[in-house]
Amino acid sequence: MADLRSNFLGIKSPNPFWLASAPPTDKEYNVVRAFKAGWGGVVWKTLGEDPPIVNVSSRYGALHSADQRMIGFNNIELITDRPLDVNLREIKQVKRDWPDRAVVVSLMVPCTEEAWKGILPLVEDTGADAVELNFGCPHGMSERGMGSAVGQVPEYVGMVAKWCKQHTRMPVIVKLTPNITDIRKPARAAKEGGADAVSLINTINSITSIDLDIMAPTPTVDGKGTHGGYCGPAVKPIAMHMVADIARDPDTFGLPISAIGGIANWRDAAEFISLSAGTVQVCTAAMHYGFKIVDDMISGLTHWMDSKGYATIEDFRGRAVPNVTDWQFLNINYKSIARIDQNKCIKCGLCHIACEDTSHQSIAKIKDNGTRRYEVIEAECVGCNLCAHVCPVPDCISMVSVDTGKPYLNWTQDPRNPMRKAAE
Amino acid sequence: MTQSATPDIAAGRLRPDEIAANFEDIKPPLDRKKALIESSRCYFCHDAPCVEACPTSIDIPNFIRMINTGNTLGAAEKILEANILGGMCARVCPTEILCEDKCVRNTSEDKPVNIGMLQRFAVDHLMENGRYPFTRQAPTGKRVAVVGGGPAGLSCAHRLAMLGHDVTIFDARDKLGGLNEYGIAAYKTVNNFAQAEVDFVLSIGGISVKTGQALGRDITLDQLRRDFDAVFLGLGLSGVNALGLEGEEQLSGVMDAVGYIADLRQASDKGKLKVGRKVVVIGGGNTAIDIAVQTKKLGAEDVTLVYRRAPENMSATWHEQEFAQINGVKIKHWARPVRLIGHNGAVKEVEFERTALDDRGRLVGTGDTFAIPCDHVFKAIGQKFVKDPVNGKARESLDLADGKIAVNEEMKTSLANVWAGGDCVASGTDLTVQGVEDGKVAAHAIDRTLRGAK
Ligand SMILES: Cc1cc2nc3c(=O)[nH]c(=O)nc-3n(C[C@H](O)[C@H](O)[C@H](O)COP(=O)(O)OP(=O)(O)OC[C@H]3O[C@@H](n4cnc5c(N)ncnc54)[C@H](O)[C@@H]3O)c2cc1C
Ligand SMILES: Cc1cc2nc3c(=O)[nH]c(=O)nc-3n(C[C@H](O)[C@H](O)[C@H](O)COP(=O)(O)O)c2cc1C
Ligand code: SF4
Repeated sequence: MADLRSNFLGIKSPNPFWLASAPPTDKEYNVVRAFKAGWGGVVWKTLGEDPPIVNVSSRYGALHSADQRMIGFNNIELITDRPLDVNLREIKQVKRDWPDRAVVVSLMVPCTEEAWKGILPLVEDTGADAVELNFGCPHGMSERGMGSAVGQVPEYVGMVAKWCKQHTRMPVIVKLTPNITDIRKPARAAKEGGADAVSLINTINSITSIDLDIMAPTPTVDGKGTHGGYCGPAVKPIAMHMVADIARDPDTFGLPISAIGGIANWRDAAEFISLSAGTVQVCTAAMHYGFKIVDDMISGLTHWMDSKGYATIEDFRGRAVPNVTDWQFLNINYKSIARIDQNKCIKCGLCHIACEDTSHQSIAKIKDNGTRRYEVIEAECVGCNLCAHVCPVPDCISMVSVDTGKPYLNWTQDPRNPMRKAAE
Repeated sequence: MTQSATPDIAAGRLRPDEIAANFEDIKPPLDRKKALIESSRCYFCHDAPCVEACPTSIDIPNFIRMINTGNTLGAAEKILEANILGGMCARVCPTEILCEDKCVRNTSEDKPVNIGMLQRFAVDHLMENGRYPFTRQAPTGKRVAVVGGGPAGLSCAHRLAMLGHDVTIFDARDKLGGLNEYGIAAYKTVNNFAQAEVDFVLSIGGISVKTGQALGRDITLDQLRRDFDAVFLGLGLSGVNALGLEGEEQLSGVMDAVGYIADLRQASDKGKLKVGRKVVVIGGGNTAIDIAVQTKKLGAEDVTLVYRRAPENMSATWHEQEFAQINGVKIKHWARPVRLIGHNGAVKEVEFERTALDDRGRLVGTGDTFAIPCDHVFKAIGQKFVKDPVNGKARESLDLADGKIAVNEEMKTSLANVWAGGDCVASGTDLTVQGVEDGKVAAHAIDRTLRGAK
């Protein structure tokens, strides 16, 4: 049976599933429940200097799918609203009671060396395994010159990382904000500053909905709303791209990554690990369903690894990275076309209309003695995948590759490319 | 209506292909696509009502979530951890009065998640892949005798083996499985699933099987108590209730439903089973429904099930009653048999008296009678515990309650080192899943006792 044990920066945990710094890790009560449920580690809800911040009432917004499930989640909460010493005392207790689990402490203090130098020894004293620097929070804290206000300026990221490395022997993880155009810049800065790892993503600036009756964004605080941080299943693709970008950037190649963003099950976790994440962190899925989801993460990842013959996490970690490339290096001679399994087709016509109205008019609608039939016009199909994505029946439309007999050719080599460098 | 002089009981009423089609799986399994759609309907309720309604407390939302994430093996393990006969239970549990009855989707939209079919999807997947998910704990050196290899005995034996004890199962029959093998309606468990499941259960190791060994005939309870560290009795109910009518034993064509069903389940060619053209079934439980539907499926022309009270008093669920009716069984309520009318030694008619409740709510006959012509009469008015094998010549006798073995909440009987469960105990609800739970509870109690005794 696959061994899920994780060793991230020397921090050992029985599995790579950690809870992200957020309400699920706000206090001893929650964290103990999480450990009992089987989570491998936690990043404690971000600590700051006293006096603690104050939160508003009405804090979360959500984007729902038609069956009332949250596919996107948004919040306007700040860092912990509990006094520093209470948190520190609880962290110490938890680490003492649960020595085999990872306990990382998230921190956000003003951008001065004094502030960081002041708080680090207090954390070190708890016996915590590492610190995570929260440069990500996109609301409330950034207006105070903290959180993403720091994370958006690579020089600050590097500077704070350096201070922290100077003033503590704990490993330093820098949590990156996605609210930036090129995630590689702050990642490089973190590495240059001496950070041991990066974690990403924090939440994305967002407004989830407008209440059309009162004409205000949700969550609405007494008639007004503000942008909040977006997370949950909807942000996973964005997080994956950013993780992949750091994983394959020559400047940060090999920098340990703890991946965050929309992770809800073993498969999401496996995908991030294949993009080189050493651990994965979860917030929204736990807030949606409770801590028990870790059961499926543990058992699902174990079974999947067994089925692939991977004995440890390291056996597949980063395996997808070499296959993430730039568009210009994709094989322009590759061709795939849609194929409809007529036995599975339920004749809803969605593939036809998608292709007919918006794509390449490659699915013919045939009415034969009153029966409907949809057929791919193979010569017209460009292999865009749209029909397969809109089809409501799993595995009904598959994309099959066709042998063009042509060799690998990428855009830099393609004669149709006006910018092509002439071949020697 | 004219009655022929000889009873019309014959084999081969239907063509082989018709019989084969009639006895196909009544609920064909879900394919992956359907399982994904169905699993996405589960809300992953916390402390879910469906779990509370399952006698074995399977963590239903958790296993359904696992199906949904593509972790089907994990889902099956979750099920089997709580209920080693999860495959059979998925096929035979009356989910309409158990888990699915409590699904929160009933409240919002009147359609529960199809838990039974999802359970079957997961367990079948695991078994079809030849997987066996459990390992035994370190051997304890303790030996336990399990008498009766039905759901209760199998569940107890498996859990004990898992906990590191060595188990011997004794069963009077040739095959293990109990009513899974000899009683459950054929179309609920096709393709010899009962034996496949027995093999699966035994594959844990540490369980030896002695079939053809009847307690009270080949072995005694005293002997087992002497030779083993503990004994579990999962004897089921081997007696059947009688109508108490004249001619019941003598007239041909009057039979016990359970005996006939056992023959049907063992028949290699169902076309060779003889069945009446006109069938009368007396009773109101699942056995009555099963014999009625199965004789209809064998080709009986008219099958009438007669029950002495109202539809809601039948122990067969509304779903089972509906199923019988869909299959062409006529159900008559409020009548009880008063006379078997024979001709030339064979039953020809059953006379019934209409019944009603008196003003104190007791069932009484109204004096008004009617007769139903028939060739074949099946008695399905309940089974009973036969106590001779346990109490026959034993030194100490077991306490009984309501004619069954008395047990406490740990399934412990009145005798030291003897536990019991399933249909043969007083608390039993006479469901496969209850037998499984009883066996599991008893195994843990036995384990605690044996470890404590060290
Ligand atoms: C016709 C019929 C249909 C049913 N349908 C359903 C259904 O659809 N769903 C459902 O949940 N439940 C159903 N039930 C009930 C269910 O089958 C029982 O509740 C369940 O089998 C009880 O398990 P058990 O292990 O207690 O007993 P059994 O299954 O009866 O097993 C008892 C075992 O003990 C053995 N035994 C008995 N006496 C001795 C002895 N003296 N020495 C050695 N061995 C002995 C027997 O051979 C047998 O193997 C049905 C019952 C019947 C009769
Ligand atoms: C209500 C809420 C509060 C959060 N608070 C913090 C915080 O204090 N510090 C932090 O680093 N991230 C915080 N986050 C961000 C999460 O740690 C995580 O990075 C983000 O939600 C993406 O993961 P997810 O998609 O699994 O939710 C918060 C998220 C939510 C939903
Ligand atoms: S989850 Fe509901 S009950 Fe709990 S604090 Fe929030 S609004 Fe109140």
